[in-house]
Amino acid sequence: MFSWAYIIVKKIDEIMQNIRLLKDKIAGRFMFFLTIFSGLLVFLIAIGLYIRSRPILAIKPLSELLFSTSWHPLRGEFGFFPFIMGSIWVTVLAVVIAIPLCLLAAIYLSEYAPKYIRESAKPLIDLLAGIPSVVYGVWGVLVIVPLIKDHIAPFFGTFSTGYCVLAGGIVLAIMIFPIIIHVSLEVLRSVPYGITEASLALGATKWQTIKYVVMRKAMPGVIAAIVLGLSRAFGETMAVLMVAGNVAKVPSSALEPAYPLPALIANNYGEMLSVPLYDSAILLACLILLLVVLLFNILARVVLIKVERSIQ
Amino acid sequence: MDKRKIEENIFKALMIASTCLILSCLVLILAAIVVKGLPSLDLAMITQTPKGGYYLGKEGGILNAILGSLYLAGGATILAIFISLPVALYLNVYVKKGSRLASFTRFALDVLWGVPSIVYGAFGFTIMLYFGLRASLLGGIIAVSLLILPIMIRAMDEVIKMIPEKLLEASYSLGATRLETAMKVVVRQALPGILTAILIAFGRGVGDAASVIFTAGFSDSIPYSLLRPAATLPLAIFFQLGTPFPEVQDRAYASALILTIMILAISITIRILTRRFTRHIVK
Repeated sequence: MFSWAYIIVKKIDEIMQNIRLLKDKIAGRFMFFLTIFSGLLVFLIAIGLYIRSRPILAIKPLSELLFSTSWHPLRGEFGFFPFIMGSIWVTVLAVVIAIPLCLLAAIYLSEYAPKYIRESAKPLIDLLAGIPSVVYGVWGVLVIVPLIKDHIAPFFGTFSTGYCVLAGGIVLAIMIFPIIIHVSLEVLRSVPYGITEASLALGATKWQTIKYVVMRKAMPGVIAAIVLGLSRAFGETMAVLMVAGNVAKVPSSALEPAYPLPALIANNYGEMLSVPLYDSAILLACLILLLVVLLFNILARVVLIKVERSIQ
Repeated sequence: MDKRKIEENIFKALMIASTCLILSCLVLILAAIVVKGLPSLDLAMITQTPKGGYYLGKEGGILNAILGSLYLAGGATILAIFISLPVALYLNVYVKKGSRLASFTRFALDVLWGVPSIVYGAFGFTIMLYFGLRASLLGGIIAVSLLILPIMIRAMDEVIKMIPEKLLEASYSLGATRLETAMKVVVRQALPGILTAILIAFGRGVGDAASVIFTAGFSDSIPYSLLRPAATLPLAIFFQLGTPFPEVQDRAYASALILTIMILAISITIRILTRRFTRHIVK
């Protein structure tokens, strides 16, 4: 009797064991597929956009689409050049404003600032990163646009409505502060303290050490941080849409309106299904945006991985 | 004084000035939104839906947009959890350290994190065209969940990575399978971090506009079905600001204040959570 009971219990235990192992295996498979899916999502997005933008690529040569300045969807003319130039103007201006401020702030926070300042500055910068882009846009309309219209443009002796490249550049610069500072701080922290000590021991001042030793070592990572900021600015939509003016013309100065690529996409979602090829053109604009951002991001991430490896 | 010292002091002053300038941007933005938004903020704004002629300056509120944003971000967050948690667990429990698959996935997710939200919106739109969906709450949820996916996975991954290897080994040595270790040890140990990751993603979902512009549409009523278009707070702000009427624009500022308060509340909750939810953690 006893041995029978023992065998039954043993058997049940074995089955339970198998069920547990089976559960483990099935869950593993399931997780594996989800992992593959999220890893390949970026390709899925690119393929999806490519399929949708094929109709227009089949009819027009890419060079015409990219370099023609004539944007008349109703006549079937889709030249992205004004929008691409608008994006480049706004992005470059934002990066030019952001680079010196962010580098100086990052060096200060990592090398000079007392611990309590560093620890209290970080959450504030995180907070800046968390503000929704539409709020940045509202702020730009409230503060930056009137500032340019009433003070900056008259100062240069010209007229501007305030909705211009400069407004977009300033708002974008503030939006990319957090990412550039955050990544730069990580990079600066990864510079081994030994070489700093060696430089100080040779009689260099702290600033000389930073200028000639720390920054030289940190340069690739800092450039990667800037590139990440740049690609963020290139793809940012709502804030730019609200302050850049949206006139489909290649801007010739920072006080003229621009119509960046993301703003074009966001502004035309309504009518694009009623005009032939229009939706295809808009999704091609998305694809261009995606490819540019991917290129920048991949380059920056590769550099950052190298930086990370070099300290381990 | 030494010339080198003078240079150092000049640069130090510049550094302090830039740090102050950057931090003062935050203060300036919050102050401008509060100063402009507070006077036109009233109870009707957050308790009523838009009545006829709301966008011409008649009465009503933006309850539809507030609820729409919460439904949308909530739905997207739940959908994203079901993908993120398994992926984050897989990367840290099932896969060996330093495997090709794990580093490729992390790299792809970092790159995905940099993809602009308008691209997610457009991709969501192509998916919807493929399935014949119209602009709806469901479409918005899909687009936003893709947008917050890389943020959530990487945030969860970072916390789970921190769990000491010894803890996993202890669990295995007691005969637990990898799944049991993942669900009963890892999740519990990383719970505060996982909640933080979920809240970060939720905050991002509430505040994002570009991804829902194609996919969720807009409507003046509170969405009661997944297949109905839904208003969102950021888009409500955008549309109100775009009207030529000053009183409607004032409401846009008030709506921006509401959105900012929501986002700040989420960030503060994240801070409190990370401090307090440490019950289950084995130190």
